[in-house]
Amino acid sequence: MKHNIPDSVIKNYQTMVRKLTPKSPLGSGCLRAFVVGGFICIIGQAATDLSHVYLDLNASEALTFGSVFLVFITALLTGIGVFDRIARYAGAGTVVPITGFANAMVSPAMEFKAEGWVLGTGAKLFTIAGPVLAYGISTAVAVGILYFLIGW
Amino acid sequence: MIFMYLKAFLVGGILCAIGEALILKTKLTPARILVVYIVAGVILSAAGLYKPLVQFAGAGATVPLTGFGHALAQGTIQAVQEKGWIGAFTGGLTATAGGIAAAVFFGLIAAFCFKPKPKDF
Repeated sequence: MKHNIPDSVIKNYQTMVRKLTPKSPLGSGCLRAFVVGGFICIIGQAATDLSHVYLDLNASEALTFGSVFLVFITALLTGIGVFDRIARYAGAGTVVPITGFANAMVSPAMEFKAEGWVLGTGAKLFTIAGPVLAYGISTAVAVGILYFLIGW
Repeated sequence: MIFMYLKAFLVGGILCAIGEALILKTKLTPARILVVYIVAGVILSAAGLYKPLVQFAGAGATVPLTGFGHALAQGTIQAVQEKGWIGAFTGGLTATAGGIAAAVFFGLIAAFCFKPKPKDF
């Protein structure tokens, strides 16, 4: 291609474009997800450890307590509108931990109150939890049957 | 002790960062991420690959949804060992009953108690 624009001008323009293009959100998004998600896991670990020591729960009960605690906190923070703000900052940092599962139940259940307690709240509680449980449970049952048949 | 919390932070954080990368770079929505993570957790756990991660990182591996899948798979396998084929249908939900019941119960309570907030974006 023929043009009479000096090379230096093109170079300048290219550096300018590079400077003004917003940086890919990948790096900062992943960092925020990493920090918030990691922090949620620390809370889960602390709840598990503390219940093991102070509530006299055995190891697997303490793990359940950790999950229940995080689910409770998520329901509360979603109810008062704080969870949405954290989630908007953290992206997958709040989605991937069990907080994401809990929020995906609480949020539509609240949102669809206007459609009634049964087909609004009751049904929408499972908008996202439904598919998650359907695929999770079905995969686990398949694993169990395979394990029974070939006993690996 | 402190070291355990550091490992939980690192592993949990990395699992979340992978999720964020998947949301930004693929067509996976947060809802699909949840499904992918729980199924991945069941399969990795059944293949024996997830247990070492749980032993290493504790809540860093059990709090993410892959850990939920791990609990489903381990509960199922354990029940099959104890009760035979019927365990395939009872073990998974028995192991995860606490988390699921809590999410349903607190979800319902929160919906009773709070009004939805207007979205400010």
